[in-house]
Amino acid sequence: MMIKKEMIAMLLAGGQGSRLGVLTQKVAKPAVSFGGKYRIIDFPLSNCINSGVDTVGVLTQYQPLRLNAHIGIGIPWDLDRNVGGVTILPPYENSRGSDWYSGTANAVFQNLEYMESYNPDYVLILSGDHIYKMDYEVMLDYHKANNADVTIAVMPVPLEEAGRFGIMITDENSRVVDFEEKPKNPRSNLASMGIYIFSWPVLREALIALQDEAGCDFGKHIIPYCKEKNQKLFAYEFNGYWKDVGTLTSYWQANMELIDIIPEFNLYEEYWRIFTKSDIIPPQYIADTASIEKSIIGEGTEVYGTVINSVIGAGVTIGRGAQIRDSIIMRETVIGENTKINKSIVAENTKVGKNCEIGIGDFKESTYDKRVYDADLVTIGEKTIIPDGVKIGKNTAIMGDTVPEDYPNGELPSGDAIVKAGGLK
Amino acid sequence: MRAIGIVLAGGNSKRMRELSNKRAIAAMPIAGSFRSIDFALSNMTNSHIQKVAVFTQYNSRSLNEHLSSSKWWDFGRKQGGLFVFTPTITAQSSDWYRGTADSLYQNLTFLKNSHEPYVVIAAGDGIYKLDYNKVLEYHIEKKADITVVCRRVEDTEDITRFGAVKINDDGRITEFEEKPMVTDANNISCGVYVIRRRQLIELVERCAAEDRYDFVKDILVRYKNLKRIYAYRMNTYWSNIASVESYYKTNMDFLKKDVRDYFFNQYPEVYSKIDDLPPAKYNPGCNVKNSLISSGCIINGSVENSVLFKTAYVGNNCVIKNSVVLNDVYIGDNTVIENCIVESRDTIRANTTHIGKPDDIKIVIEKNERYTL
Repeated sequence: MMIKKEMIAMLLAGGQGSRLGVLTQKVAKPAVSFGGKYRIIDFPLSNCINSGVDTVGVLTQYQPLRLNAHIGIGIPWDLDRNVGGVTILPPYENSRGSDWYSGTANAVFQNLEYMESYNPDYVLILSGDHIYKMDYEVMLDYHKANNADVTIAVMPVPLEEAGRFGIMITDENSRVVDFEEKPKNPRSNLASMGIYIFSWPVLREALIALQDEAGCDFGKHIIPYCKEKNQKLFAYEFNGYWKDVGTLTSYWQANMELIDIIPEFNLYEEYWRIFTKSDIIPPQYIADTASIEKSIIGEGTEVYGTVINSVIGAGVTIGRGAQIRDSIIMRETVIGENTKINKSIVAENTKVGKNCEIGIGDFKESTYDKRVYDADLVTIGEKTIIPDGVKIGKNTAIMGDTVPEDYPNGELPSGDAIVKAGGLK
Repeated sequence: MRAIGIVLAGGNSKRMRELSNKRAIAAMPIAGSFRSIDFALSNMTNSHIQKVAVFTQYNSRSLNEHLSSSKWWDFGRKQGGLFVFTPTITAQSSDWYRGTADSLYQNLTFLKNSHEPYVVIAAGDGIYKLDYNKVLEYHIEKKADITVVCRRVEDTEDITRFGAVKINDDGRITEFEEKPMVTDANNISCGVYVIRRRQLIELVERCAAEDRYDFVKDILVRYKNLKRIYAYRMNTYWSNIASVESYYKTNMDFLKKDVRDYFFNQYPEVYSKIDDLPPAKYNPGCNVKNSLISSGCIINGSVENSVLFKTAYVGNNCVIKNSVVLNDVYIGDNTVIENCIVESRDTIRANTTHIGKPDDIKIVIEKNERYTL
């Protein structure tokens, strides 16, 4: 009996996401927490199962431990299947040698055999770093209706922002006639979302033809190649919520949008649930000393202090007298008593001492990494320890087991960073 | 593995009043995110008992839905697993379970086909953590025929709901009264028993031959002088939820830090079915004090000294006080609820008032059309 899946998905989850700074120092970007209980990869994985795509290859490379532990055999997404389901696909050694994944398309090429084993008609290419809900089945119907070879999901963006994206220029039938990467003077406002459906023979041919291309990439190589060969490329316009969380500011904003009274990205809808590995089950406890306003809070968290305009993960403890404002606190982090945190991102399993003031003073340009840290956010990496009573300025980064000596005058001025090479202890 | 597990979850109690209209007691929601039976099942799995049967009978839809997959308690194994036995019509019998001993008798094949030497029998309406291996070790050490988990009764407890036991210095049970009106015994049975499998088969078969059906009345009480029945004393948290008062009190107990720490933060964990609900959401104007809030809740009003189960919606200007609000309840704006248990899936209209008394908790059942956007 021959195995046959109409469409399988290849989910690119190997990137570091270096613009998330210390948040991705030890985990791949798709495994970064989001929205109080999820991880970023939950969104494309949930979209897959909700769209009826039950065969997903997850391509991992950078720091895959957390990602592997999270995905497991796919139980939370019902992707534990007899045939298909989720498969983690790390780079591997073969008789030709051993190559890391050098680009998005190269990673998919190296797993040609995986795809072939399912004998698909179509292959869906996804990336693990966007927050959105999308029915891939509708996109597939569109692909079939157009008799397309490649369908590229696009979304209209304001023309002034179009220069940040790959832009598709289409004719009146939505057929892609041209495209430009990050154009200075964009000719269209349709930005590629990095989501593609390929007819399998077309993808297979292109991957093999370009196998020696260094850093072979879908946007840079595969799509231009298909265009050159006069394949039928169509743009599928998507008008729902879609958010790239590739920078600290956009990551922070996307989290903050969840606390609006009726959020544009609504997690509370009955249908199209977002699934995740929920290992913390108990309810959250809000003490009589607590005060909460406009926030979302995950399971098992205990709040004794004040939380305003914030996204709090599961299993967090917020001590008495603490004040959390405009911040993201990820799972199992402990915030000491009377500590004030303003506009910060605090990653998982961090311990913040008592009487600290975090996110104070004025913005200063980063002395550590201007490219990554360019806003008034404080970013604290996972498993960080912050001693009692320190003051931390804006646009700062902290990672590792810090001690009072790391804070001259008990202070980390705006724009500075303490990043300790987190070796094994 | 040394033991198989049996969870008795078929029961109903008049003392649950309207709350039992919808479900068996073992399926009662507890502490925001759990159901009563999760505690017995988690104890089983945490005691490395891999083969567990749940006997259900009364209104079992809700319970069966909860047990639809055994993976949550890690029973999804090739060896052992979770079995759910409801009464069935066979060539020999078309009876319901006429009692706990009868339910064991009707599933004698399960007992006979197992190879584990011991059986742990637990009720589905107890809220506690217990390593059944410790009971088993005690059972072996005492060379007991049956070991009953017991605890000292507290003054506040209504002893007429329990089996009252007297224990001698060696730990042997010398007197056992089932639900006495008045007693001078100060220990009660927690409804957890350890017994050798062959012994259980023999006792249950003899019971059936004599048309007797109840494990407590017809086995424990009758045999207490003939068989060596021992009490294993438990002194950690234990609560039986089979009355409205104790159900309410048990939920409120979880507002205490020591109770939460014991159940939620100390090894071993209590497991439950995962519902994939979003985090709880606190909108402007909400005011929450000393309360447990579960995932999927959306809160706009005031909540104080209360336990809100999953996906409860609290409208603007509501005041919820000293109450237990079960799953998926919608509470319209300006509503006041005090000293109540609000039944699951209720839809309460705006501007409604429901006030019970601290010693007479009101059960709110209000089914209205719900408007959803």
